[in-house]
Amino acid sequence: MADASGLKWDRCLADTAVKTVTGLGVGMAFSFLVFKRHTWPASLGAGLGFGMAYSNCQHDRRLPHLLHGHMVKDQQ
Amino acid sequence: MLRLSVRAADAAARRRLCQRGPRIILQHSRPYTEGNTGGSAAKIVAAGLVSFGGGIGGTVLYAKWDSKFRTTVEKNVPYSDLLFGLALGPATSLDSTPTKKQNTWVECKIEINICCVFIEQCEECHQHSPPETALSSEEPSEPGDVLTAPEEPLKERPAEEVTARIAQQDQADQDTLTFVSDKLEDSLASSATATLQAIAAQEAALQAILQHTQKLKEAMETEVSAEQRSSHWKDLEDAVCARSRNVEEAGAALVQASRASLDSLRAVVESAKDSRVAALRPMVLAAEENLHSMTVDLDRAVDKSVESEAKIVSQYSELVNEAKQQFQRELSSITPEIQANWKGLSGTLSVDDLNALIAHAHRRIDQLNREMAEQRVREQVHIEAALEQQKLEDQKALEKAVSLAVEHNLERARLEQERKQVELREVMEAEMRTQLRRQAAAHTDHLRDVLKVQEQELQAEAEEVLSSKMMEQETRYRQLTQEQLDNFTLDMNAAYARLKGMEEAIDSHVIAEEEARKAHQLWLSVEALGYTLRSSSLDSLTRPLEPAAQAIRESCQDEFAVALAAALPEESLQRGVYSEESLRARFNALRSLARRVALVDESHNSLYQYFLSYLQAALLFEERQEAPPAKISSQDLDPFKILSYASYSLEQGDLELAAKLVNQLRGEARRVVQDWLVEARLTLETKQVVSLLSAYANAVGLGTTQAP
Repeated sequence: MADASGLKWDRCLADTAVKTVTGLGVGMAFSFLVFKRHTWPASLGAGLGFGMAYSNCQHDRRLPHLLHGHMVKDQQ
Repeated sequence: MLRLSVRAADAAARRRLCQRGPRIILQHSRPYTEGNTGGSAAKIVAAGLVSFGGGIGGTVLYAKWDSKFRTTVEKNVPYSDLLFGLALGPATSLDSTPTKKQNTWVECKIEINICCVFIEQCEECHQHSPPETALSSEEPSEPGDVLTAPEEPLKERPAEEVTARIAQQDQADQDTLTFVSDKLEDSLASSATATLQAIAAQEAALQAILQHTQKLKEAMETEVSAEQRSSHWKDLEDAVCARSRNVEEAGAALVQASRASLDSLRAVVESAKDSRVAALRPMVLAAEENLHSMTVDLDRAVDKSVESEAKIVSQYSELVNEAKQQFQRELSSITPEIQANWKGLSGTLSVDDLNALIAHAHRRIDQLNREMAEQRVREQVHIEAALEQQKLEDQKALEKAVSLAVEHNLERARLEQERKQVELREVMEAEMRTQLRRQAAAHTDHLRDVLKVQEQELQAEAEEVLSSKMMEQETRYRQLTQEQLDNFTLDMNAAYARLKGMEEAIDSHVIAEEEARKAHQLWLSVEALGYTLRSSSLDSLTRPLEPAAQAIRESCQDEFAVALAAALPEESLQRGVYSEESLRARFNALRSLARRVALVDESHNSLYQYFLSYLQAALLFEERQEAPPAKISSQDLDPFKILSYASYSLEQGDLELAAKLVNQLRGEARRVVQDWLVEARLTLETKQVVSLLSAYANAVGLGTTQAP
């Protein structure tokens, strides 16, 4: 059970990375397309992504009895 | 319009900027002018110091005036009492209220005066009481003896003492009696002799005086011859000498001597009266009567009436002598030649001489007649004067006689009174004696009755004592016989009991042997269980304990052992338990994890808290192992301390304490070590059961072991 904490951290990190990069990408796209190549949408997007990941991580830590479901392919 | 407004705004903005500029410049230049700031700072410091000093001075002054304020300040401000001591001197309670102090002084003075007055009064009382005690001490000794021992009950003095005392008293009385009587007799005798002497002398004087007067009368009146006259005159002279002598003798000396002796007698009588011996009284009375009679006689004898007559007679004789001498002188002057015996010269006388003589005689007769006439005239006056004189003298004599008579009467009356008193006293004494005799008779009767009653009481007592003693003896005899019987029965019972005991002992031996075998078996099975617990096989960390428990259940049918075997936890039977070493190893790994999440719990569980917790774990250094103290309170414990205590206890092998300590962790750290805790609990439980079993087996084994 002690390792569950480690697993959680792994998930957090992965989640943070994914969300931040995704947000950054979306922001860059928006800045390029709509906002005349300002930097602020990119930082906004990155911030949004990081914030979401942070919140998820915190939520995950606070309510440990909530299970994480995995989609398992039907082994038929 | 817009441009204008914009321009105005720009200008305003620039002006503001410019205004801010010099201020900025000033702000930048401030560091170069530190002197001003320093000056104002000094002023501020000085002002602060002054106000502070003023405050302290004011406090001190007010404290000097008001001591209550001083005490409150001393109580509240720590070192103010030192300051006040330095400034004002020690606090005294009287400084603040001078009026009260004066009042207390006055009150004290008044109280002291009152106390003095009381003391004086007490002293007076005490002074009064000592004289009274002194007076009371003068009383006869019998009550004094009883008073000196008030706490003891009044004891009757022994008869010998009483008789001795009475004899002593009688002796004393007798002595005084003889002494006083002797003195009285002596003084009486002396005064009697003196008085008699005085009286005799006085009588002789009286006789002499009478004789003298008679002779004088004779000498005056008889016309006898010259020889007879001269003899008469000679006799008269003798009588005068005798009289003068007698008068001198009976004069003041003798009378005074007798009076002195009478006075001494009176003094002796007075002193004798003061003594309390009753027997003296008649003697005293007789002496007083004698004294009285003597004084009366003495007074009578010193009667001066005869002397006055003698005085007159002597005066008369002088006058007659003088006349005779006058005539003789005249005769001699007229007839100078005729001498003494002129009777024989009648023949030689001439007629002229005879005529001259007759003329002279006639002349003389005329003269004498004239003188007689004159004398008759003067006679009346003289007689009146003489009468007056006589009256006065008579009155004086009367008064004197009256006073003397009164004195004598008084004395007599007093003596009679004394005599009557003595008689009365004697009568009363006799009456008292009869009363006392009656009382004594009554007392003897009473004593007789009391003695009779006492006799009866004592008899009853003695009989009671006798009966009680008899009862005692009887009971003792019965007791002894009973004891003998009891002893015999006891011995018989003891012998029977011993026989029974021996039979039982043999039976119990058999049972004990059986028990011993069973205990041995149990012990063996428990040992097997313990071994299983301790050892762990290579492939799995734990070993199930089922077989060993089964063995125990089979080995003995003892209820206790069966119950204990059933108490083994299911998990340990099926799966087995972890050993201590494995738990220890696991704990070390868990420790770092628990440290990392020390700050995180249900309320603080944000990611930021996690970050802080990680930071704390990185920065905080605690002892790897620390011995836990004997008493721990929950306030002292924080996760790091708990973990160091727990690792120490684990190192020492005290799994139980470690589990207890780990149980104190809270929050996320607890969740991390939860499973370790569960495993530790399981291990402990199993170990406890096994130890109980082994203890039980040991106890049973001990119980059934027989000493060689």
